[in-house]
Amino acid sequence: MRLIDVILRNLRRRVGRKLLLVAGLSIGVATVVALVAITATMQADISTKLDEYGANILIVPKANDLSLSYGGVTVASAAYDVGELTLGDLEQILTIKNARNIRVVAPKLLGAVPVAERTVLVAGVRFEDELWLKQWWNVDGEEPDAPNEALVGLRLAQVLELHPGDDVRINGHAFRVAGILAENGSQDDDILFIDLAAAQQVMNKPDSVSLVEVAALCTECPIEDMVAQISGALPQARVTALRQAVTLRMETVGQLSRFALVVSLVVAVIGTLVVLTTMLGAVTERRQEIGLFRALGFRQRHVMRIILGEAILVSLGSGLLGWLLGMASAVVLAPRLVNVTAPVIWDPRLALGAIGGALLVGLLASLYPAANAARLDPTTALRSL
Amino acid sequence: MIELENVTKTYNGRSVPVHALRDVELHIAEGEFVAVTGPSGSGKSTLLTVLGAMNPPTRGQVIIDGIDIYKLPTERQADFRHEYVGFVFQQLQLLPYLTAQENILLALAISRLSKAEKRARARGALEQVGLGGKQDRLPYQLSGGEQGRVAVARAIVNQPPLLLADEPTGNLDQATGTQVLDLLRELNDAGQTVLMVTHDVRAVRYARRTVNIQDGQIVDQSANVRES
Repeated sequence: MRLIDVILRNLRRRVGRKLLLVAGLSIGVATVVALVAITATMQADISTKLDEYGANILIVPKANDLSLSYGGVTVASAAYDVGELTLGDLEQILTIKNARNIRVVAPKLLGAVPVAERTVLVAGVRFEDELWLKQWWNVDGEEPDAPNEALVGLRLAQVLELHPGDDVRINGHAFRVAGILAENGSQDDDILFIDLAAAQQVMNKPDSVSLVEVAALCTECPIEDMVAQISGALPQARVTALRQAVTLRMETVGQLSRFALVVSLVVAVIGTLVVLTTMLGAVTERRQEIGLFRALGFRQRHVMRIILGEAILVSLGSGLLGWLLGMASAVVLAPRLVNVTAPVIWDPRLALGAIGGALLVGLLASLYPAANAARLDPTTALRSL
Repeated sequence: MIELENVTKTYNGRSVPVHALRDVELHIAEGEFVAVTGPSGSGKSTLLTVLGAMNPPTRGQVIIDGIDIYKLPTERQADFRHEYVGFVFQQLQLLPYLTAQENILLALAISRLSKAEKRARARGALEQVGLGGKQDRLPYQLSGGEQGRVAVARAIVNQPPLLLADEPTGNLDQATGTQVLDLLRELNDAGQTVLMVTHDVRAVRYARRTVNIQDGQIVDQSANVRES
C-alpha cells in the first residue's frame, strides 16, 4: 500500500460523482478543442485557397498611356518602352522587413512581339515561380524546362495553329512549344509565355521587368505593411495589394479565433469552479478519513498529495476524453457549420494543450481544497475523539 | 516513559472557555495498561489526543521517551504519531473501500519499508489478532468483533511503543467487546504499553491501573486486580 494505491482505491468509489466531474471537465475541454480545431482548419483552408489565388501584391512601374494589359498593367501597343523595373529591383524586394513572409516573387517582362506575322503579347516569366503561383494552370504537353521552350495560351495557340512540340519563331528567335495552357477564361489564354531571360533577349530589353507579382498573403502576413515596405524599397514602382474575398474570410477567422479565446476563458473559469466545488465537497465528505490519515502519521503534504493526485488523474482523463470529443465534434461540424472543405488537422500540440489545460485547471482548482484537507485538525476531523 | 507535567487544555467555548484538562500530572511506565475513566465531558478523550500528539495542550509538557512532543514542528509531530503511537478509535475508522489487509497496510503507506516487508507485517498483525484467513474481506464482510480486531491490527502493525484506545468497546456488543479487550490484554502481556479511555466497568478490569478524571482533573488513581 502506497499513497498512489490510496488514490486509486478511492477513485473507484462513488464512480457516479467522478464521472460527473469527468463529464463536466471533458465537455469544457471538448468545446475549446472543437473551436480551436475548427479555427485552425479554417486557417489551413484559407492558406490552401490563397495558394490557389496566387499573387496578392502587384508591383508595376509608375507609367501611363498603355493599351495592352496584363494583370493590371497596361502595355502600350505603339509605345512599349514605358518605365520598367529591373532584376536588381527584385533583390530590393527581398530586403524588406517582412521578407520572410514572401512566398514567391514572380517577375514578368511583357511586350507585343511579332510572331508568325501577327503581333502577339509575349510574357517572359520564370517558369518555376510562375507555375507555383498559378497552380490552377493545366498544361497540355510538358512544362517548359529549357530557355527556348514556350507555353502558349489556348486561344492564341488556336489562332497560330500551334501544338505541343511545334517550333515557333518569336521576333526571329526559334522556340519550341512545350505545352498549351488549358483555357482558364483569363488573359493567359491569349499570351505566349517564354523564359524571362529569353524574353529580355527577344525584346532587346536586358535586365528589364514589366511587373512583379508577389505571393505573400498568409494568415499572419501584414500585407498593408509589406506594401508600404516594398513601396519604400522601390520608389519608382506602384505597389498594390490585391484585395480578394479571401481576405474577408481571414477577418472572419480572426473573429472566430477571438471568440474561441473568450469561450476558452469562460470554459476555464466554469471548469475551475466545477472542480473546486466538487473537490471541496469531497474533502468535507472525507473529513473522518483525512483525520484518520493524520492520526496515522500522514504529514500535511501526504494528504495534499492524495487530494491532488486524484485531481491529476481525473484531469488527465478528462483532458484526453475532452480532446477526443472535441476533435470528433470538429470533424463532424467543420464542414457543416463553416463550410470548410479542408480536412480537420490532428495537431498533437492541441492534444497536449487540451490535456495540459485540463491538468492546470484541475490542479489549480484543487489546491485550495487540498490545502484545506491538509490543515484539518485530526481531532476535529475524527468526530469520535 | 510517558510524563504529563501540569498539562492544561482549554477550548474556546461559545460564551466561556472550556477547561478540558486542568494541571494534569500523569506518569505511565513502559508496559503498563492504564484505563482512564470518568463521566462524559470529563476530559478523557482530550487526554488521549494530547498523549497522541494530535492536540497540543494550552499549558504544560508531554514528554514521551524523553521527547517533549509539542516542541517538535508540526510535521515532526506527524512523524512521531507514525512511529510512536497506535490508535484504536471508538468508531474503528476502517475505510470501507479497503480490504482488511489494506486497512492495516494503510498505517504503513508512508513508511520506508519495502513492499514485501509491509505485506509480511500486515499478515503478521492479522495473524496476531486471529484473522489470518480474512485478509481479503472488506469491512462489511466482517463481524463487529472482527472489525475491531482489524482496527487493533492496524494500530500495532507499525510496532508503536504506545497504543491508545478510545472506548474500544463503545460500539460493540458484550461478546465482541470482550474479544477486543482480550486482545489488548494479550498485547499488554507481550509488553505493549496501552492507555485505554473507557467508561465500561468491565473494560476497566482488564487494565493494571485506573485513572479517574472528573472536570479535567485526575481525582483518583488505583491499581487493579486484573480479571483472568
